[in-house]
Amino acid sequence: MKYIDEYRDRDLIMKLAGQIRRSAGRNYKFMEVCGGHTAAIHRFGIPSLLPDVIKLLSGPGCPVCVTSSDFIDKLIKYSEREDIIIATFGDLIRVPGSETSLEKMKAGGADIRIVFSALDALQTARLNKDKKVIFPGIGFETTAPGTAVTVKKAERDGINNFYILSAHKIMPPAMEALIKDGAQLNGFICPGHVSAVTGSLIFSFIPEKYNTGCVVTGFEPADIMHAILMLIDQVNRGRPGIEIQYRRAVTEHGNMLALKHLNDVFEPCDTLWRGFGMIPSSGLVLKEKYGRFDAESRIPVTVSTHEENKLCLCGEILRGLKTPDDCPLFRKTCNPENPVGACMVSPEGSCNTWYKYADVR
Amino acid sequence: MCLSIPARIISIDGDMAEVSAGGAVFRAGLQMLENVNVGDYILLHAGFAIQKISEEDAAETLKLFREMNDALNDSL
Amino acid sequence: MHEIISRMFTVRFGMSEPLTDSALLKLGSERLAFTTDSYVVDPLFFPGGNIGKLAVCGTVNDLAVAGATPLYLSASFIIEEGFPLGDLEKIAVSMAEEAMKAGVKIVTGDTKVVEKNKCDCLFITTSGAGILPPEREHISSGTRIQFGDKILINGSMGNHAVAVLGARNNLNFTTTVLSDCAPLNHMIEAVLKECNDIRFMRDLTRGGLAGVLNELAAITGTGIMIDEETVPVDDPVKGVCEMLGFDPLYMANEGKVLLVAGESTALKVLSILKSDPLGKNSAIVGEIIPDKRNHVILNTVSGGKRIIDLPSGIQLPRIC
Repeated sequence: MKYIDEYRDRDLIMKLAGQIRRSAGRNYKFMEVCGGHTAAIHRFGIPSLLPDVIKLLSGPGCPVCVTSSDFIDKLIKYSEREDIIIATFGDLIRVPGSETSLEKMKAGGADIRIVFSALDALQTARLNKDKKVIFPGIGFETTAPGTAVTVKKAERDGINNFYILSAHKIMPPAMEALIKDGAQLNGFICPGHVSAVTGSLIFSFIPEKYNTGCVVTGFEPADIMHAILMLIDQVNRGRPGIEIQYRRAVTEHGNMLALKHLNDVFEPCDTLWRGFGMIPSSGLVLKEKYGRFDAESRIPVTVSTHEENKLCLCGEILRGLKTPDDCPLFRKTCNPENPVGACMVSPEGSCNTWYKYADVR
Repeated sequence: MCLSIPARIISIDGDMAEVSAGGAVFRAGLQMLENVNVGDYILLHAGFAIQKISEEDAAETLKLFREMNDALNDSL
Repeated sequence: MHEIISRMFTVRFGMSEPLTDSALLKLGSERLAFTTDSYVVDPLFFPGGNIGKLAVCGTVNDLAVAGATPLYLSASFIIEEGFPLGDLEKIAVSMAEEAMKAGVKIVTGDTKVVEKNKCDCLFITTSGAGILPPEREHISSGTRIQFGDKILINGSMGNHAVAVLGARNNLNFTTTVLSDCAPLNHMIEAVLKECNDIRFMRDLTRGGLAGVLNELAAITGTGIMIDEETVPVDDPVKGVCEMLGFDPLYMANEGKVLLVAGESTALKVLSILKSDPLGKNSAIVGEIIPDKRNHVILNTVSGGKRIIDLPSGIQLPRIC
């Protein structure tokens, strides 16, 4: 398949692995921020190709993992109402709230439907005029523009039974938070698809302020190996900067049209990240102009705050301070069939990935 | 959720397109791209085309890999 | 799920673990292979087949992979009130056709009609019996497997799952992928007739190749190495899997078998498989290796290594 197979060439990757081994002259700690990278790294067995001096950590770029449990609780409350349909990305339905999950509510008869696009959720609203349709907006800058486009469409078409419950977040504030929190990193493998939308310059504050290098990376194994080589080179030369490895999809300024849609519809807000707490200006909320689509204000619902399971280490894992193996629940009580924390639910969560693609070493 | 793959546009109808990934056909919203044509490759994510894939930059990257490959071959 | 089955049924009924696709029973001087399966696939009709075709082929294959010659099937139907007779006819015709292709007779059965909404359209249960020659008894238990034995499959992975998912129409894609649903007994018989060194067979249904590989590793107590590059996956299946986050190694098939053959006969087995239309994309995909940790290891397309774990409980529902 074009643009995929060429970047999975075994010979090329083995040669890159050799070059990495030769260049790695000290210890390195790199963090991949995006869940898609976590999944790709483990699926292709990349850790087995790297020398022990290179440690790869997973960061908070798994939208499901960083969604707070009260977001789920709100959706569960909504789903209890006969006049509401929840049209959601599939990733969300197994995430545990404080007491139950959307999947269990669905099994109990709640009208919860899986969609693959915000546009499908809007279509659900068109076809069910007697119900209110709520679309949980999860995802980062890759996904939020799609929600924005959909809200604009809803406005243009005069749809008045479609709502967004936004949990959209943006990456850079979380990356800054985890550096300030103490994650000792030599470089970031930066999210390729977020950057395809935002452009690479959103990460330039990281090398400037924190002396930590950034390489915007694609998702094929050759991309990832290439990016690791680029990061090693930055560290070896003492020149942290922002580089684009994923040139076929990423530019410095990104997709201006997508960003226009995003900025027309959303504005930054302070928001809760599971594992981090409140991070200022890290979330996206509908602008007042589109306020009539906001589920939170138009269909108020209250949920009580609950404490997360004290033994669950999702928080520290998301902040790059611990790995799934450090968690007492990992594999024993917590597994994909019976997940305790969000990191085990999402196919991009560290724990789910480590479980599925266990490292041979 | 970051799941996004390169897919080829096979037909366009207004602001929606049909795109093919290895022969599996998906629908994609084109609202975030301008000047797209049948035959272009785009990144498909959650039902939207979020970026066009640059044929030239892809070729550049592969050329870089090949040169790296050759340089490594020479030095082995 | 496995523990529930074990506790509730296997132990209570006095069945011996590990359970295999078919039970092997003594009947006088003969050995009988006997199997049963229920089919709840949604939707009932999908590209390449329907629930009836699935029900016949599935049971025929369970017998064939035990090394038995499938002879007789039973077919029981639970039908929701109001189910269109035209569809029922199509399904029955399909079952008759597949039975003829496989050379088996459907000799007994049952039908029950339940009230509307008490069953989702139609469920089918088929049981099957066949004769197992004594020299093939070891095949389902894998007792003769050795280090260096080769692992073969008869074609591409995941076609059935993708065909069914595409037909569900709620996953937003269309493909021309057809289910691989087919009776494998003639192809398997051709192999067993020529090669007496087949050490294990199992069909690759729910849980896919990954599921069977893990079962195999558990049976042998050894390790398994699979080369991802040799596992055939059709491009549209790859496209769907990449886009939706599925792994073809875990996707259901309905016309695929895994064989373990002694190293010296593997190439001969491969050529016999390839000469059958149901095996033209057959491949040697791995081998049995010593590994104290009993892992199924994948040599990935990019040359890295990782473990292929057991399929977790979360699989696509009602795929067969």
